Amino acid sequence: MTATRPRAYRQAVPRLWWLRRRSYLLFMLRELSCVFVAWAVLFLLLLLKAVGNGHVDYQRFLEWAAKPWVIAVNVVALAFLVFHAVTWFNLAPKAMVIRVPKQMLAVAPKAIVRRLPEGRVPGWLIVAQNYIAWVCVSAIVAGLVMWSGS
Amino acid sequence: MAETITLLVTRYRPDTEAEPTIAEYEVPLRKDWAVLDGLNHVKDQLDGTLSYRWSCRMGICGSCGMTVNGEPRLSCATFLTEFAPGPVRVEPLANFPIVRDLVVDIDDFLRKLPTVKPWIVRHVDWVEDGEYLQTPDEQSAYKQYSMCINCMLCYSACPVYGVDPDFLGPAAIALAQRYNLDSRDQGAADRLDVLIHPEGVWGCTFVGECTRACPKGVDPAGAIQRYKLTAAMQSVRALVLPWSAR
Amino acid sequence: MRRRTRPIEPFLWLLFSAGGVLAALFLPVVLLLFGVAYPLGGIGPPTYQSLHALAAHALTRVVIFSVCVLSLFHWAHRFRFTLLHGLQIGRLDRVVSMFCYDGALVGSLAALVVLMRL
Repeated sequence: MTATRPRAYRQAVPRLWWLRRRSYLLFMLRELSCVFVAWAVLFLLLLLKAVGNGHVDYQRFLEWAAKPWVIAVNVVALAFLVFHAVTWFNLAPKAMVIRVPKQMLAVAPKAIVRRLPEGRVPGWLIVAQNYIAWVCVSAIVAGLVMWSGS
Repeated sequence: MAETITLLVTRYRPDTEAEPTIAEYEVPLRKDWAVLDGLNHVKDQLDGTLSYRWSCRMGICGSCGMTVNGEPRLSCATFLTEFAPGPVRVEPLANFPIVRDLVVDIDDFLRKLPTVKPWIVRHVDWVEDGEYLQTPDEQSAYKQYSMCINCMLCYSACPVYGVDPDFLGPAAIALAQRYNLDSRDQGAADRLDVLIHPEGVWGCTFVGECTRACPKGVDPAGAIQRYKLTAAMQSVRALVLPWSAR
Repeated sequence: MRRRTRPIEPFLWLLFSAGGVLAALFLPVVLLLFGVAYPLGGIGPPTYQSLHALAAHALTRVVIFSVCVLSLFHWAHRFRFTLLHGLQIGRLDRVVSMFCYDGALVGSLAALVVLMRL
C-alpha cells in the first residue's frame, strides 16, 4: 500500500496493545481463562490418578489439595472458569441464528410472534437454555459425587 | 456551558515532517455541533491547511471515520458536548497508514473487498423471466449486513487487523455474508476460498470490538461467527460425504 | 494475500468450540467441589469406595475422557491465538501451533492412561 504513498506514516501497534483499553483487557482475560481450563483438566487427572492408585494416594491427594497455595490457585481458577462459562454462554447465540419456520409463525400466538426479532429465535432464549443446561449438569455431577454409594 | 472547547488534532505533513505532531485549536462549543463541525470551523477560520475526509455529514457515506478520544467514531456523528469541557483528541483512524493529517490510506481494504465478490453472483440467469423476487422474510435474512457503509471503524477497532494486516477483516466478511445469505445469490461457493483462508474467518478470535464500533448496527462479529459455523459444517460434510457437491 | 488454504483449521475450530462448551458445563462444578469445597473442609469429601465406583463406571469414564480431551484442545486453540496475537509473534505460528496441539495430544494420552488405570 505504500507503493503509491511512499511517505505514509505507519502507526505502530504497541507491543502489549491489550493493556490500552478496558475492552481489550477483558478480552485478553477471557482468552487467558483457557490456561485455567487446562489446569482444571490437569487437576482432575491428578485426582483420578490418585483414585486409580488406591485409597492411600486418594488421602494424600486430598491433603495436597488442602494446601493453602493449591486452594488459592483453585479459587482463582474457579473464578476464571466461571468467567469463561459466562462469556461463552452469552456469546454462543451469535454463531447460531435459528429462524422460526413460517408454518410455526403462522400458528403461534400473535403476542409471541410480535416479540421475535425478524422471525428468529431471540438470543436471550438461547442464552437462557445454556444457563439452564449449566445448572442441570452441575447439579447432576454434584449429586453423583456427593451421594453415590452413600 | 463553556463557550469553547479545545481540539487536539493530529497533523502530519509528509513533505516537512518525519512524524505526526499535535496541534491545538479552540472551537466554539455549540450544543448541535459535531466534531466534524469543529474541524470545519478550524479549516474555515483557523487553519486552512488541515486535511480530512467528510461528505454527507449525516452518517451514511462512511467518509469521516476518525479516532476521537481513543475510540473509532464518525466525526459527523460524535457531538462536542459529549466531551465537554474537553479537550478532545482527534486522531486519524487507527490501523491504517496516515497519508496526511487525518487522512488515512484505505487501499488495503479496497483491495480486499472485491476478493469476496460483494455482488449478486448468478450461475443461472433467467433474464426473460423478469426480476428476481424476494419476500420480506428472505430480505430480513441479510438486511442487517447490508447496512454497512464501509466506514472502516471496525477495522480500526479490530486488534487482529492491527496485529496482522493480512487479515481479511470484519467489513469484508460481513459483506460476503450479506450476499451469501441473499436468496437471489448463487455465489456462496465462489466466496468460499477467500473466506476459509487462514487469514479469512479463521483469523478472527471474536474480540467483538468491531460490533461495538459499528455505527450502523451491522454486527460483523456475529456475521463472522455464523460463517465459521457454516464453513466448519461444510468441511465436515465434505469429509464425511466427499461425493456430495460443494 | 497468500492463497494456500489450511484444511485442518475448521476442524481445530470445531474442537475448540466443543471443548468450550464441555469445559463451561462440567469443569466449574468439579473444581468447586474438589478444588475449593472439600479442601476448605466445609463438606466431607466422598469416601474412596464411592468415588472409585463412580469414576470407574464405563459411562463416567467416557464422559470424563470427552471433557478432558476437548477441553485440552479448547486450551490449545485459544492459547495459540493468545500467544500469536497477544505477543505479536504471528510468524512463529508453526512452532506455537505444534506446541499447543501436540501438548493437547499428550494430555489426551495421559487422560486415556489415567482412566484405563481406574
